[in-house]
Amino acid sequence: MSVMVGEGRAIWSLVRRNFHLIRRYLGWELVFGFYNVINTLTIGLIGFTMPAGPTRNRMVIYLAIGALLWNFLSILFQEVSNSVQWERWEGTIEYSFMAPIRRLTYLLGVCIWAVLYGMVRTLVVLVGVALFFHVSLKGADLPGAALVLLVSSVPFIGLGLMAAVLPLLSTERGAQATQVIQGVLLLVSGVYYPISALPHWIRWAAVLSPATYTLRAVRRAVLSGAPLHSLLGVSAGLLASGLILIPIGLAIFMVAERYAMRTGSLKRNG
Amino acid sequence: MVLGCDPGIDPDVPALSVVEVRKAFREREAGERQWHQVDAVSGISVDVPRGEILGILGPNGSGKSTLIRMMATLLLPDAGRVEVFGFDVVKHQLRVRRLINRVSVEASFFKKLTAEENLAYATGLYGVPNRDAQKEARQILTRLGLPLKKLKVPLEQLSRGQQQKVAIARALLTSPTLMLLDEPTTGLDPKSKREVQQFVLEVRETHDATIVICTHDMEEAERLCDRVAIINRGRFEALDTPQALKAGYGGTLEAAFFALIGETLEEEAE
Repeated sequence: MSVMVGEGRAIWSLVRRNFHLIRRYLGWELVFGFYNVINTLTIGLIGFTMPAGPTRNRMVIYLAIGALLWNFLSILFQEVSNSVQWERWEGTIEYSFMAPIRRLTYLLGVCIWAVLYGMVRTLVVLVGVALFFHVSLKGADLPGAALVLLVSSVPFIGLGLMAAVLPLLSTERGAQATQVIQGVLLLVSGVYYPISALPHWIRWAAVLSPATYTLRAVRRAVLSGAPLHSLLGVSAGLLASGLILIPIGLAIFMVAERYAMRTGSLKRNG
Repeated sequence: MVLGCDPGIDPDVPALSVVEVRKAFREREAGERQWHQVDAVSGISVDVPRGEILGILGPNGSGKSTLIRMMATLLLPDAGRVEVFGFDVVKHQLRVRRLINRVSVEASFFKKLTAEENLAYATGLYGVPNRDAQKEARQILTRLGLPLKKLKVPLEQLSRGQQQKVAIARALLTSPTLMLLDEPTTGLDPKSKREVQQFVLEVRETHDATIVICTHDMEEAERLCDRVAIINRGRFEALDTPQALKAGYGGTLEAAFFALIGETLEEEAE
C-alpha cells in the first residue's frame, strides 16, 4: 500500500468520523443552524433602519455579507479547534495521535471537513437570507465573491491550527481561550462596520486579520460589482498569507504536542 | 488478520528493548502552592524477545501505565532508550507506530458513535480499507463473544466489558507486531475476563505477536505471561518466569508480589 493511499484513507476517515458525529448530534445542529439564520436576519434587519431605497438595499447587503462571512469563517475556526477539544473530552486523542500518520495528515482531514461543513452551514443561512430579504444583487460579481471566500479559508485554517493548540494543552480551558481569539478577530476585522469605526489605537490589528481583506474584497465584488480580475491581487494575498500561516500553525501545534508528550498531558486519566 | 509480518524488521533484534528509562512528572497536591517532582519510572531496563508475553504486575501508581505510554510513543522519556524492533520510539515515531497498538484500561471511544463507526475511524487512520476492517472486526468480536448486533449500537449503550472487547478488536485490526495491553481486563466480569485472556493466548499462538500486558491480577499474570516483572515505585523489583517467582517467594505469585513490594497482605487490605 502506498503511503499516499494510506494518508488519503486517514483523511477520509477523519471526514467520515466528523460526519457521523454531526449525525448523532443532529438536534444540536438544527438548533445551531436555526440560531445562525435568525442571527443573520437580525443583523440584516438593522439595515432597515435606513430610509427605503438603494441606501437601505446596500446597507442590508453590507451587513448580511458580514454575518454570512463571519458565520463561515468562525465555523472553520471552531471546527478545527473543536476537533482536538472533542478528542480530549472523549479520551481518544492518544489513539488518534498514536496512529502512523503525519500530523499534517490528521490536521488536513480536520480542515477539509471544516471547509465542507462551513460551506453547507453557510449555504443554509444564505437560503434563509435570500428568502427573508428581497434585496437586489443586480450587478454583483458573485463568482469573484466566491473565489475570495474560497481562498480566505486557507489563512483561517492556519489560524485554526494555532487555536487548536489551546485545547491540546488544556482540556478544560482550551475552548474558552479559542473563543477569545475569535472574539478579537470579530472586533477588529470590520465584520459589521468599516475599519475606520475602530479607535485608532486598535486599527493596526485589523491589518493583521485575514478576515479584514476577505470582507473588503467580497463587499467590493457584491456591492460594487468589482470584476474578477481586480480581485486576483487580494485573493493571491490571502492565499499567500495562508501558505505562511498554515506551516506556522502546524509548527506551533507540533511544539505543543511535544510539550504534551513531555508532561504527560495528552492523557485524560489513567 | 496478519500480525508480525513486517519485512523491514530485523529478526535478530528483540521486539522491545528498554534501557535505563526514566520519567518524572511535576505534581502539586491539592491546596499546595509548591510543585514537586514525582519519579514515575526510575531506571527500568528489559528486553522482550519476539513472541513473548511479558506481564508487568504492580500496585496502583507504580509506573505501569507510564512505561506503556513511553513504549507507545505517547510520552517522551526523560532519560534512557526504548526501542521497538530496533526503532527508537522518539527518533522513529512513525515507524514504531506502524508496529504497535495499545489497549488501555479505559476503552476510549466516541461514545455517541457505533462500534462500526468507531472502528472505521480508528482503522482508517492506519490505512486499513473499511470493508476489510469491518469483516475482520466481525470475526474478532464473534470470537470474543460480542453479539454482532452490538456493532450497530452507540458505544455508550454497551457495557464496559463489551466496550473493552471492541477496544481489543480496534487494536488487532491494525495488525500490530507488538501489542501493549494496559489492564485490558480490569473491571470485566469473570466470563468476559476469561474470554479476553483466552483470546490473548490465541493471538500469541496463531500469530507472530509480542505482547506486553500490565495487570493487577495475579491469576491473569500467571495464566498468560512467559515472564512477569514486578514494578513498584517506578522500578522493577523482579523479572522472571511466574514459576521462578513463585519458587523464590513463598509458593504463590501473590506472596511474591507482596514480598517484593514490601507490604503484607494485611497492609494492602487496610
